[in-house]
Amino acid sequence: MAGDKGQRRMTQCKMMTEKLNVYYGKRHALKDVDIRIRSHAVTALIGPSGCGKSTFLKTLNRMNDLVGNVRIEGQVYLDGEDIYSTRMDVTRLRKRVGMVFQQPNPFPMTIYDNIAYGPRIHGIKGKEQLDGIVERSLRQAAIWEEVREGLYKSALGLSGGQKQRLCIARALAVEPEVLLMDEPTSALDPVSTLKVEELMTAFKQKYTIVIVTHNMQQAARISDDTVFFLEGELVESDTTARLFSHPADRRTRAYINGRFG
Amino acid sequence: MMRKWKDDVLLCLIYLAAFFTEFLLIGILGYVFVKGFPQVSLSFLTNVTSVLQGTAGIAGNFVNTLYMVVMTLAVAVPFGIGAAIYLNEYARPGRVVRLIEFTTETLAGIPSILFGLFGMVFFGTTLGLGYSILTGALTLALMVLPLITKNTQEALKAVPEAYRSGAFGMGAGKWYMIRTILLPAAMPGIVTGILLSVGRILGESAALLFTAGSGYFLPRSFGGWFRKLSESGGTLTVQLYLSMSKAQYSVAFGIAAVLLCMVLGINFLVRMLAKKWDAV
Repeated sequence: MAGDKGQRRMTQCKMMTEKLNVYYGKRHALKDVDIRIRSHAVTALIGPSGCGKSTFLKTLNRMNDLVGNVRIEGQVYLDGEDIYSTRMDVTRLRKRVGMVFQQPNPFPMTIYDNIAYGPRIHGIKGKEQLDGIVERSLRQAAIWEEVREGLYKSALGLSGGQKQRLCIARALAVEPEVLLMDEPTSALDPVSTLKVEELMTAFKQKYTIVIVTHNMQQAARISDDTVFFLEGELVESDTTARLFSHPADRRTRAYINGRFG
Repeated sequence: MMRKWKDDVLLCLIYLAAFFTEFLLIGILGYVFVKGFPQVSLSFLTNVTSVLQGTAGIAGNFVNTLYMVVMTLAVAVPFGIGAAIYLNEYARPGRVVRLIEFTTETLAGIPSILFGLFGMVFFGTTLGLGYSILTGALTLALMVLPLITKNTQEALKAVPEAYRSGAFGMGAGKWYMIRTILLPAAMPGIVTGILLSVGRILGESAALLFTAGSGYFLPRSFGGWFRKLSESGGTLTVQLYLSMSKAQYSVAFGIAAVLLCMVLGINFLVRMLAKKWDAV
């Protein structure tokens, strides 16, 4: 494993895994994965389909708990706290570590209620407070101007790109610390993709972002760190600039040069 | 050339089949309405049959029918929806779920007179409820339970998995997710199941004859409206059967016309709701 690049990465580590192993039934989906995710940075997870990058992403907010027949070994830390310990409250964990999915999945309700969904779970009921959260979140996701006239219309009437930005706004509404994004632009058109990418780079100020992507250019464009997975193993993890210019592992080199995957 | 000729014959047969089906429905509706409507008058709808007063009316049966519908649904809806939620959201897919689903489907295919037999012996005799609207409603609840469970389950299955993971990803608990996302999204299917159940309740006679009996009086006092639950009460369909067995055909057709109107109304309601929900 190349590039344990010194103190800077250690000190600002937001999430960390140690000897993380995930099994789906008999299938060994993740093998001894050790990762440090820097705070206020964009970390891209790349690798061919089925390499375990989405599985890894889902262990970070325990979405794998929902899958039957899954076994998880090892530790995942959020600010030094083991999120798989019995003391961890999953609701609170998912408030701190939000998620945006590959397919935009707004709920079948109004735009307003979509955004207010998270805050309501966490006990925010006041109309004025919710109004404020809805506007702030929609502005952050750069969709406020497009929907401000129709906050009480069904979210299902939006375009694909708008839906995804709505889902991002929904995730931001609970003010998470970490935002997990599972191929958030793979279902979007090029213009919408650029909008979402622009958002991600802006979000670094406030959030730590982990994104799974199939798109090598996207990883190179928007991420600070890149992690390369292959067949459940972490092959290489480094700053994006270094990983793309001087990959240490020949498998990484082969992949980013487009020779497989 | 041969092929074209064959096609034409087939087309003819299909048109004939469609026409026959349509004609059958219109024929029956028309016959019942023509024979029944002359009988339906304000006094027929608002009076109770009484030999002393010389009146013939179905007000009592109408009230009994309303009681039966409300009481049956009050029991069957919570159980049916609860069972569907359990099967679809909580139970791990496997032998138990398959067994319950098989049981539900079998239950749906049992002739209603068997439900009547069981209801009479179990609710009526063993639990001591006698011939009463309550006995009838409990019996019918067993009968429509599979209908509600099945429809709710299908509706829950049709809710995209992405809604569930979306809600969980926000930190929603399971029950919170079910309450705020699943049930609203599945509502059209649930309501369809309930309306189909209302149709079955309206149309049932065999299961009620020996459970709810054939009472046709209206309560005379305020308390009577509550006591009614423990009293015998025949629904419109039961009364229709009884009138026919006494060869009172005009009364029977009058009731039939009223019943048909109610069933048509429910079908319209189902369609309207389906359309409204599709538009969302």
